[in-house]
Amino acid sequence: MYSRHSVLGSVWRHGIVLLLCAFSVFPVLWIASASFNATNNMQTQQLIPPQPSLVHYRELLNSERYDFFGWLWNSLKITLITASLTVVLAGLGAYSFSRFRFKGRRVGLLGLLLIQMFPQMLAMVAIFLLILSLGDVFPWAGLNTHTGLILVYLGGAMGFNTWLMKGYFDTIPRSLEESAKVDGASPFQAFYKIVLPLARPILATIFILSFISTYSELIIASILLRSNDMFTLPVGMNLLISDQYGRRWGMFAAGALVSMIPFLVAFILAQRSLVSGLTRGSVKE
Amino acid sequence: MIWRLLAKYWAKVIILGTLVAVSIYVSIYLLGKGMYIPAAMPLIGSGLISYIFLSSKRYPLRWLVPGLIFLAVMVAYPIGYTFVSSFTNVGTGHMLSRTQAVDQLLGRTYAPADAQTYSYAAFANEAGELALVLTAEGESLLYVAGEASSIQLSDSRFLDQDGDGSAEAFGEYRRLSIAQIVPRLSELETYAIDFEGAEIGLRDLNTWVTRAPLYEYDETTSTMTDLTTGVLYKAVDGIFTAEDGSEIYPGYRVGVGLRNYARLLTNPQIAGPFAKVFIWTFVFALLTTILNFSLGLGTAVLLNDPFLRFRTLYRVLMVIPYALPGFITILVWRGMLNESFGIINVILTSVFGAGARVKWLTDPMWAKTSILLVNLWLGYPYMMLISLGSLQSIPGSLYEAAKVDGARWWQQFWRITLPLLLMPLGPLLVGTFAFNFNNFTLIYLLTEGGPPIAGSVTPAGATDILISYTYNLAFQGDRGNQLGLAAAVSVLIFLIIGTISAINFRMTGALEELSKNV
Repeated sequence: MYSRHSVLGSVWRHGIVLLLCAFSVFPVLWIASASFNATNNMQTQQLIPPQPSLVHYRELLNSERYDFFGWLWNSLKITLITASLTVVLAGLGAYSFSRFRFKGRRVGLLGLLLIQMFPQMLAMVAIFLLILSLGDVFPWAGLNTHTGLILVYLGGAMGFNTWLMKGYFDTIPRSLEESAKVDGASPFQAFYKIVLPLARPILATIFILSFISTYSELIIASILLRSNDMFTLPVGMNLLISDQYGRRWGMFAAGALVSMIPFLVAFILAQRSLVSGLTRGSVKE
Repeated sequence: MIWRLLAKYWAKVIILGTLVAVSIYVSIYLLGKGMYIPAAMPLIGSGLISYIFLSSKRYPLRWLVPGLIFLAVMVAYPIGYTFVSSFTNVGTGHMLSRTQAVDQLLGRTYAPADAQTYSYAAFANEAGELALVLTAEGESLLYVAGEASSIQLSDSRFLDQDGDGSAEAFGEYRRLSIAQIVPRLSELETYAIDFEGAEIGLRDLNTWVTRAPLYEYDETTSTMTDLTTGVLYKAVDGIFTAEDGSEIYPGYRVGVGLRNYARLLTNPQIAGPFAKVFIWTFVFALLTTILNFSLGLGTAVLLNDPFLRFRTLYRVLMVIPYALPGFITILVWRGMLNESFGIINVILTSVFGAGARVKWLTDPMWAKTSILLVNLWLGYPYMMLISLGSLQSIPGSLYEAAKVDGARWWQQFWRITLPLLLMPLGPLLVGTFAFNFNNFTLIYLLTEGGPPIAGSVTPAGATDILISYTYNLAFQGDRGNQLGLAAAVSVLIFLIIGTISAINFRMTGALEELSKNV
């Protein structure tokens, strides 16, 4: 379908592609520039800051009303705990589905497949009422607690990740575990010492996918978290800017740039699996 | 060996025992609140778990238990409970169960005409604990640590050093001045002192008064009687209502059948905006999928060209939007699209004059355009990446054969590239559709669903999609939380997503695959 370009053909191709690159890159350059521009005003902002300064980063560090670094810490804490526990829970479940044959296995697998079709957030009303009443019994897991939020996230991640992991476990030959069992290993030892090390790629993939989706989760966090000091970044950054683009643009820009870093790192690590069909277009955006 | 087995056995007994104990505690707590069905859940759950861990036949299930608990409690139960809630009136003023509401109303009191009033002195010890001495007609009572008892003012614990007739101390408790009492008034207001069959409560800063229950509840007829006026309140739709229509809050949750659904479909003030939201959800999800895919595929075709230089660099630059968190970049776009300060309007007005200012986020049509534009920016890199992957798997010989037959490039594209791409990418496109169908983050952060639809009694905006509309109904405080109605919308989304997924399964054969090789 392709052939060597004429000069004209070369020009229009590069023209279109460069235009698209500009479309993709401009907003990012613009926000980066805003964070180093001494002015807080969007109208007078220039793409190349006339007097680059770190004043907005300092503002961010010292703000009493907007505890940006508190939110960053909350986000990282919640995200890392959720991702780690997701790997553990999905790993245990997937191993059982992959290696054991038991009554209810097919129904269980089918159930997982069906349940993961429905995004958990659709049940937001019920989740809110559930956590509200959970807090009556266990105040440490009620509304406005990180524990409650993590519990909800863990449930939402189970279906899809167990399936993904089971598929990978299925490709690991059983003969390795069987020989370990002959040597007297218990099923758990066989899982822990043989299957898990071999499954490292999928464990890493699930960890990072879970990191990416939890880090950006907005709706459940904004329903369950009520006070400023408990917010995660998506809830907090929305509050910080709250349509005050004329007044807090610079400070927001500095926060935006910092917030991007953990996500970007996770993305680069997970690039390959994000691009292959693994995630069915539903992980982020 | 035997010791290890014993230790393992005892560890199991202790852990399961704790689990059962905690679940019994939770059940009793819920029973006390009149929540009978939720109260059964922990018992059933802990019973099942104990069985699984004690029966060797159920060994494989032990591995599943931890994950399944979360799945059951945080996904399956909420989904089921959403269905149930959609048939109730749960929401502001109707949050409690019937038992809770009745209990709360029966706890209300008033001061009858023949009430006894008390003057009082308050004392506090070093720890800040209070002792109250209430006096009326020469009789006194002491209230300390939640217990009331008779006391004589001649009691030796009263210390009246200056001899003015009022004690400065009571045992280790020191007298509080009025100024010291004021900050603790809200605490005093919660006291209900039970003394010789009467309840005594704080009336004002200086006096306490005996109180009588305000309402009397008749279990058999489910009616509430106001004892001050004698007005009879009947239970109507989850709230006690008098003949003249006056109601006593709080109400309680009660089944309303299909009324929530009926309101969405027939109540003109709700149904009109709801229909708009419903249609826009489909239009948005479909258009955004088509737009993103078209641009993504077009870019992929350009970048797949081996004669194009710098294509790796181009690809990296174009993927940037996909590699950054959407919740940040959407807010950045919201700033860039800002009507007065945003860079886009600044450029437009400087090139075309002040008349070129566009209401990107406040005019219904432009807001919809902005949503599609920003989502194109967010989503086309993903489409480009998956298209690039699939393009490379199309054998070049097909194109050579087509060329030999004299096909032009666009014929090659329509007859070879597109059909061969749609096969593997079809399910991903359906996935993108389903994802955007519920793309709450985009709508909420870019336009908050706005601009509002005029004349709507529910909070609905021109760019609201079903999920953001649900969120508004349930959690936007200004018009009350209509949780029941929101649940009904959720159920509709469930049905739509279920249908889409069923089609997707049919297309990919996922279920057949499942039954073949699980």
